[in-house]
Amino acid sequence: MELLSGAEMVVRALRDEGVKFIYGYPGGALLHVYDAIFQQEEVEHVLVRHEQAATHMADAYARATGKAGVALVTSGPGATNAVTGIATAYMDSIPMVVITGQVMSHLIGEDAFQETDMIGISRPIVKHNFSVSHAEEIPEIIRKAFHIAQTGRPGPVVVDIPKDMTNPTDRFPYVFPKQVKLRSYNPVTKGHSGQIKKAFDLLMSAKRPVIYAGGGVIMGDASEELTELAQALNYPVTNTLMGLGGYPGTDRQFVGMLGMHGSYEANMVMHHSDLILAIGVRFDDRVTNGVDKFCPTAKIVHIDVDPASISKTIRADVPIVGPAKSVLDELLQLLKASKKTPDDEASKAWWAQIDEWRQRHGGHYRTDDSEKMKPQQVIEMLSKVTGGDAYICSDVGQHQMFAAQYYKFNKPNRWINSGGLGTMGFGLPAAMGVKMNFPDADVACVTGEGSIQMNIQELSTCNQYNIPVKIICLNNGSLGMVRQWQDMNYESRHSQSYMESLPDFMKLVESYGHVGIKVEKYSELEAAMEKAFAMKDRLVFMDITVDQHEHVYPMQVPRGSMRDMWLSKTERT
Amino acid sequence: MRHIISVLLENEPGALSRVVGLFSQRNFNIESLTVAPTNDETLSRLTVTTEGDDRVVEQITKQLNKLIDVVKVVDLTEGEHIERELMMIKFKASGAFRAEVKRTADIFRGQIIDITPNTYTVQLVGSSSKLDAFIDSLGSTSIMEVVRSGVSGIARGEKVLSL
Repeated sequence: MELLSGAEMVVRALRDEGVKFIYGYPGGALLHVYDAIFQQEEVEHVLVRHEQAATHMADAYARATGKAGVALVTSGPGATNAVTGIATAYMDSIPMVVITGQVMSHLIGEDAFQETDMIGISRPIVKHNFSVSHAEEIPEIIRKAFHIAQTGRPGPVVVDIPKDMTNPTDRFPYVFPKQVKLRSYNPVTKGHSGQIKKAFDLLMSAKRPVIYAGGGVIMGDASEELTELAQALNYPVTNTLMGLGGYPGTDRQFVGMLGMHGSYEANMVMHHSDLILAIGVRFDDRVTNGVDKFCPTAKIVHIDVDPASISKTIRADVPIVGPAKSVLDELLQLLKASKKTPDDEASKAWWAQIDEWRQRHGGHYRTDDSEKMKPQQVIEMLSKVTGGDAYICSDVGQHQMFAAQYYKFNKPNRWINSGGLGTMGFGLPAAMGVKMNFPDADVACVTGEGSIQMNIQELSTCNQYNIPVKIICLNNGSLGMVRQWQDMNYESRHSQSYMESLPDFMKLVESYGHVGIKVEKYSELEAAMEKAFAMKDRLVFMDITVDQHEHVYPMQVPRGSMRDMWLSKTERT
Repeated sequence: MRHIISVLLENEPGALSRVVGLFSQRNFNIESLTVAPTNDETLSRLTVTTEGDDRVVEQITKQLNKLIDVVKVVDLTEGEHIERELMMIKFKASGAFRAEVKRTADIFRGQIIDITPNTYTVQLVGSSSKLDAFIDSLGSTSIMEVVRSGVSGIARGEKVLSL
């Protein structure tokens, strides 16, 4: 049997896990591991410029593929820099394995140089974490980490490795376990048939049904089943921010995103429904608005792989614990075997009502002032130029909401954004992580001049590894979402929400070896964007000047019901 | 309502901190907490008493079950069960009050486990409310020190919490 050092086992186990890229940054506690990386070629290491970016790259790879991404960071500041990225993945249930270096075992607890209690710090933001105390356990711990990260409700797992565990002179037999057993961890693989039957009966007798589907459909690889079931039933579908692409965005049955900045029709459909089929969602506060006023006439069927998500904020009438894919498949089988069909007359009336809502407010914005480009126009152009087929990696703020509202996602895993934590600085590294793994695909980072500066240093990484993403920067010279809230709630006192002293982004990206395009007029946008996407092997930074005064609408009125919305600065439901 | 939740936990470093951390992270309340290894040395048994309505307690048990180190969870208050807590309580005991402490301890089936010319230390085992009643019946002025173990509980009859 082959004898390997702990450091070699880390790299070998990652290889045996099928890992192609690890994103990381070296440091004292990881020097043995980095030496082992140097001496092999199967696993490629990508050197970022800040550890937060490494975690977002790994996270975005997972969002695009469903498989766990891997980040490698050193102890102390390396580990704490990764914390934001770990929390980002945790809030959105993204599988990720983060390997953190640690000071030598005998120094732990002595406030050693670059020591930090990463097991303690990461505890509330991981699905699980491991500390290595015997080097020979490394392969098994890494296998367990991937198993936990990728099964059930996915999430990040931290593996903390003291430096002495990777000592090159201590060698052990290497065994990579094909399977691991954890007596206390058995995620469900199938929903309860009796409950599924109950849900089916409710579905068939509903008069005003709606399907409310979220990130669980994307990470649960269930969008085909969802689409088939929804179309067989002819029921309207709304997606959460995390679920966009889970159902085709251009389909007639799609009523748009729901929630705080959801479409008028999606929120109206939810409020007036008599049955909500909730799949892979968690009734987040940005969806439900005031919980006591939530959808007063609806019965709720809630499918989720995590029992703790069910009846957490909104009580489910029929809870079904199980993976979205298998439960939806069972519902489809029941439908095929059943003689029942949905009530045709009720369906016609319901769709007539939905179409009326659509007519009344189908995602309009005003372009009255032709001098100023509207951010929505830029996203619509992006959708047009990329044929709705690009990976859109978003930062956080108004541009994120505009992208969610106006880019039409027809495929799952294409919309990559920090929904739960709302991490500014996520977009660029996320786009990089996707582009490295899908080199032939169009990958865009939709961002603002605020967010992009939170991880702008990664332009250097893009140069080193030739990562030709397209950065679509909606530059309104202010922190747009903060400004919007200040306009609405603080009599337009714009406290700290505008960006003074912006860099010349053209010069900045050129200094990193990339291409910059500045666009100030809508008439020049299409040609400029086509030019940017035609440069397949260059990173292009599009600095697009947009109207600073634009707000994101609809916007739910705080603590109201789903249907209580501002539709413009002056118009309310 | 008060609930007694029993948890079988991997006897691993850090396992306890995950449970305690969960309670503070999710704003659940802990009234008392006990933990010790079981006859199976790979497992610890933890008992936590908490206050909360049905929705909160449902979340507590679900969230506990999600922890990888948690093997099993049961809410003992859902069924017939026995709860016990141990208390040691030190009194300033002189004059007529000295006899009063002894008498009251006897009534509560407590034992005097340490004596000095001016103090009595009483050991008492029972439900938390019995321990409360004992303290109330002697008044707080002469109490020097109270130490309580926190609640342990077990289901009645043949029901067991094991692997």
